[in-house]
Amino acid sequence: MATETLPVAGLAGRDRTRMVRATLRRRHLNEAIFRGLGMAAIVVALGFVALLFVDVVRKGAPAFVQSNLHLAVTFDPAVIDVGPAPARAAFGSDAEFGAANVKWQRDVALLNWNRLVEAALRKAAPEVADIPARELLTIPETDARHRIREMFVADPSLLGQTVEVDVLASANADNWIKGNIDRSLGDRQQQLSPAARGLIDRFVQNGTISSGFAWTLFTEVDSRSAPASAGLLGAFVGSLYMMMIVIALAVPIGVAAAIYLEEFAPKSRLTDLIEVNINNLAAVPSIVFGLLGAAAFINYMHLPISAPLVGGLVLTLMTLPTIIIATRGALLGVSPALRQAALGMGASKTQMVFHHVLPVTFPSILTATILGVAHALGETAPLLLIGMKAFVAQVPATPLDQATALPVQIYLWQGNENRNFFEPRTAAAIIVLLGMMIVLNGIAVFLRTRLERRA
Amino acid sequence: MDATVGQIKTMTTDTPRSRPFDPLTRPIRIEARDVTVHYGAKQALFGISIDIPDRAVTSFIGPSGCGKSTFLRCINRMNDTIEGARVGGKITLDKEDINNPALDVVELRARIGMVFQKPNPFPKSIYENVAYGPKIHGLARSKSDMDEIVISSLRRAGLFEEVKDRLNEPGTGLSGGQQQRLCIARAIAVGPEVILMDEPCSALDPIATAVIEELIDELRENYTIVIVTHSMQQAARVSQKTAFFHLGKLIEEGVTEAIFTNPAHKQTQDYIMGRIG
Repeated sequence: MATETLPVAGLAGRDRTRMVRATLRRRHLNEAIFRGLGMAAIVVALGFVALLFVDVVRKGAPAFVQSNLHLAVTFDPAVIDVGPAPARAAFGSDAEFGAANVKWQRDVALLNWNRLVEAALRKAAPEVADIPARELLTIPETDARHRIREMFVADPSLLGQTVEVDVLASANADNWIKGNIDRSLGDRQQQLSPAARGLIDRFVQNGTISSGFAWTLFTEVDSRSAPASAGLLGAFVGSLYMMMIVIALAVPIGVAAAIYLEEFAPKSRLTDLIEVNINNLAAVPSIVFGLLGAAAFINYMHLPISAPLVGGLVLTLMTLPTIIIATRGALLGVSPALRQAALGMGASKTQMVFHHVLPVTFPSILTATILGVAHALGETAPLLLIGMKAFVAQVPATPLDQATALPVQIYLWQGNENRNFFEPRTAAAIIVLLGMMIVLNGIAVFLRTRLERRA
Repeated sequence: MDATVGQIKTMTTDTPRSRPFDPLTRPIRIEARDVTVHYGAKQALFGISIDIPDRAVTSFIGPSGCGKSTFLRCINRMNDTIEGARVGGKITLDKEDINNPALDVVELRARIGMVFQKPNPFPKSIYENVAYGPKIHGLARSKSDMDEIVISSLRRAGLFEEVKDRLNEPGTGLSGGQQQRLCIARAIAVGPEVILMDEPCSALDPIATAVIEELIDELRENYTIVIVTHSMQQAARVSQKTAFFHLGKLIEEGVTEAIFTNPAHKQTQDYIMGRIG
């Protein structure tokens, strides 16, 4: 070993070697212990992440599959006794035609469309005759009658015809089929009557009920009267609006503030104070931003309540410190050599920043921004305070309409009374939200490696 | 290392251009009078007065921390960029006060180029590196103008032949010596009158150093060059005038040959003999 050739006064080579070896053993032991602890930490961390994912996926996966009823619905003229839809040609003026049309539509709406649903259900299992209509109608989702009515309004020539229609099975029926509810429970604890339960099993056997991918989760808005059709579209669009607002506001403001503070602002007490405050702001609990938003944007500026605009503004405030801090960090990391090179060439400070410093830091600023936005996307607390926890059963057309957001939707479903049905659905919403996060993070990683390779 | 440099230098340019030269007869380009620099409370330079002759190489030597780089950075006001740095005294370029508030520092730096210790090309293509200065100073009227500036600058920096086929490749992909020559080409492209070099070879291997030294020797035909160097051999090889700094003071200045063969001060002699530094 090299140590043997080192001249250490007063020690024979062999003694020295022995002493070094003695410390070596201890050093190796320490290193092994530290490595072991580090690996254990990683295993624990990964274990928790795996636990989260496995649990969420296990719970949420069934919600992506939904029970559908295939019914042969007869548009029975005995039920639909409203006469033909008014034709324009039969009326002298638009006003008369309009009035007749409104009357016809009202008549159509007042019909008992459930009778068609009931008839179709009975036809699907003719051998079961003794089930009352009220119990029978607990099997399809309550919006089945609206589907059929809308089909007729769109095409009145269906009168007298029999058409294959797919409707959703009710949430309770879905629970029974998937086994979300314990089948051994007594009648009084079951959500469906014994007759309805029996009929559902029969429907599953004879193919009237089958499972399919739950597209409604993505194409429908939240619903309480028809929980089986409750979807995420409204919340998704709400989140999308907020994300766009955060990107449009937080990124330019945050990056500009960071550039000014880092590159141009004179170092003074004031800038020190600003810096400390920005750092503190990043640590302010998000619910406080919600309060601020409620006070400033809604009470003072009178922006609409529950609107993605306000949500986006609040999340912008929340994301700003993150982006400023990350951008300043990135700017600080640019080597002084590059700055000197630019200044030495006679570039002005602005030219130095925009020609040289920013392009180099762009990948890290971008990553920080995307992560900040992803963080904002998952934020719930401030949104509750500005009214975005309201039940909204529509897709917001503009950022000024009432809306909810994905994390808030998760919160709302988590609290729904129909636990058996909404627990998987909540987990499914979590999967969708996590999926969006992963996509955003993936974009950040992709853009960063791509831009860094180019630089 | 320095011994090796000396050998290689002797090998490569065995026939030094023997121009009859006396820097004291040259017109004076830069005049510094009583220049002081403070970094915060600490004084880094104490009353430096020196004349820099036109189209000659002036070298600043001295041990680390003696203030030679600090003084160099006063000449193109790079100290402005350092927080808490205060510069006193007077420096003139062609009799014009460079600290005159009416003089834009950008214009000054277009006239006084700088090459740094570590090669610091921009993380852009070789072409863009050289074109950057002319671009921001608006020196090229057309694309072909720019091409001409870039090519002639690279040529004068002795780099063109090596890079002519890869002008669009990143400048950071070149070797250290090539990068430094790219930085010199970049400085030349603006058409400066003075080039400041802050230990331009300290990050380079002996062969690359020899190439740069040769280049400096050629450049002095057209440019006034001020070079800070750690290596006395380098100062002796490339410069005509030498100034010795110690602890923030200018101890001695004069014709290079005289400084090295017959220094007037004991400190200078000690440094040259390798006793301090």
